[in-house]
Amino acid sequence: MTAETLVELKDLQVHFPILRGVLVDRVVGHVKAVDGVSLSIPRGSTYGLVGESGCGKTTLGRALLRLVEPTGGTAVFDGVDLTALGSNAMRTMRRRLQMIFQDPLSSLDPRQNIESILTEGLATHGIGADRAARRALVGETLDAVGLPRWALSRYPHEFSGGQRQRIGIARALVLSPDLIVADEPVSALDVSIQAQVLNLLATLQADRGLTYLVIAHDLAVVRHICDTVGVMYLGALVEQAPSAELYTRPLHPYTRALLSAVPVPDPDVEDRRERILLTGDLPSPANPPSGCRFRTRCPWARERCAQERPELRTLAAGHTVACHFAEELE
Amino acid sequence: MALLEVEDLGVTFRGDREVRAVDGVSFTVDAGEVTGLVGESGCGKSVTSLALIGLLPKQNTRRVRVDGRALFDGLDLLRADTRTLRDIRGREIAMIFQDPLSSLNPVVPIGVQVAEVLVRHRGVSKAEAQRRAAQLLDRVGIPDPNRRLKEYPHQLSGGMRQRALIAMAVACRPRLLIADEPTTALDVTIQAQILELLKELVREDGTAMIMITHDLGVVAGLCDRVNVLYAGRVVESAARRPLFAEPVHPYTIGLLNSIPRLDAGQGARLTPIRGSVRDVLPWSQGCAFAPRCDRAVEECLAGPPEITGDPHSFRCVNPGVGVDLEEVR
Repeated sequence: MTAETLVELKDLQVHFPILRGVLVDRVVGHVKAVDGVSLSIPRGSTYGLVGESGCGKTTLGRALLRLVEPTGGTAVFDGVDLTALGSNAMRTMRRRLQMIFQDPLSSLDPRQNIESILTEGLATHGIGADRAARRALVGETLDAVGLPRWALSRYPHEFSGGQRQRIGIARALVLSPDLIVADEPVSALDVSIQAQVLNLLATLQADRGLTYLVIAHDLAVVRHICDTVGVMYLGALVEQAPSAELYTRPLHPYTRALLSAVPVPDPDVEDRRERILLTGDLPSPANPPSGCRFRTRCPWARERCAQERPELRTLAAGHTVACHFAEELE
Repeated sequence: MALLEVEDLGVTFRGDREVRAVDGVSFTVDAGEVTGLVGESGCGKSVTSLALIGLLPKQNTRRVRVDGRALFDGLDLLRADTRTLRDIRGREIAMIFQDPLSSLNPVVPIGVQVAEVLVRHRGVSKAEAQRRAAQLLDRVGIPDPNRRLKEYPHQLSGGMRQRALIAMAVACRPRLLIADEPTTALDVTIQAQILELLKELVREDGTAMIMITHDLGVVAGLCDRVNVLYAGRVVESAARRPLFAEPVHPYTIGLLNSIPRLDAGQGARLTPIRGSVRDVLPWSQGCAFAPRCDRAVEECLAGPPEITGDPHSFRCVNPGVGVDLEEVR
């Protein structure tokens, strides 16, 4: 793996205005979906973003592709600041940044056949000299994702869930992108099919040197495919570490609670485990708690946590954590 | 005698083409015990539970045919009339569904919905029912229950809604609780809370529970006995520990090998089951799993395999006996 950085986010923010009013909408507050996230992804590696629903992980992925507009910070992709690009330049750039969505059925147009779905992007970006050239390219891509060539004339409903996800991957892949943002790529699939898709993603990365940003709530899936993992809570990163390190030595109380909550298919592990049960639910991102955002649910919260928002601190090589008392909890 | 004895349960949906969603499922549930029904989408686990409490559309009419027996404390649920079933549902047998938002009435406050069960089955006054509803919400861990009683489902978070649904289910202290993927729609930290709550209810009230799930991790932590379903039939059935320690059916083994685990080595390639659930053979022609099975032999296509073995039973002619999971992994 090269150390060259492909993606560099600095203090990225996405704040959605809350509008109220009878005739004229007034801004009465902001939902801070993403509130200052900095991270970098080396070329050819996989970065995993985990967190529970509402933590802002999907919004972050979409903001990187500018499918939602960031309201602050920068997103540098291969030396270019995406947030400063005009809409035409951004559209051209998107060939290199592709996305795989969670629900393969609703992200594929039911009335487009597979050939049309796969060649649409090629035509938009002017790739391939003529129809025959595009067809050849699409054919190769189908081989790469393990779909038969006869799929081209079929429609999305004729495929199983796993095959549809392969079509979604092919659609991203056919443009030969540098980065693929995969938002919950396997969570809609049956267990036995998940493994097929995860293996496919690994093969494609090895063959083509792809860089992935994987967004998922399943910690086991993320651990399996990611090199670096970032844990998000209420719009901000609370911990980031190389995958192996994060899972063997989680430092943030939230990460520890998350890991202890994942059921493991082994009765011995389940019987021995000590769960760190969190109380309550995620606070509203429109009105986050003062100081540390996790303090309302943290079993170890103290006075300082309410007053001072913890910054990400580096505690070991590549291992950063946003907690005042991370060392003491170990 | 077990509290619930399901014998050879079958459900056929009729239309242009007959679909046998459940094809001869048998299992028993004892008081104070959690029985798991595990399988992937389309294996018939949810239809089984709907058949048991008589919630299939227009039962025994031209559209759905249900056969077999399901003895609940001696009463055959599949043949009970609507009136008897109405008295049993909610009082003796209660159900918790996967998606709490679509199983709650959006225009009725939570308190009224919880109290309704008590008014219907226990015949208490509305005021008394409200008072008990507050106690129930408190018991399932909803903070500030008196305020929550007046709120509507959309005002509650997902975990809170699922707790409210559980409060309704346990309101009459049912003897059997059927939970259909009760935590699938929830985040892991909330899932952990709900699973603890369900365990506590089973332990304290001696309730019997049928746990329907696709998550083998949930099964490992909660179920006493596990039935693995494939294409409408039980393919392996065992107590929790033997099932995970020595799975014998290739499908069970395949499932266990295809999930990334938090406690296993990282980055190793997963061993998926090939094909998809669409590649099934009708049971009448042989083993439905044969087209996807690595251990398939000619015999597999020689007619439906019988279920053998007790108490660890399986439906396979070429089982992976003695397969060491550690070695496979």
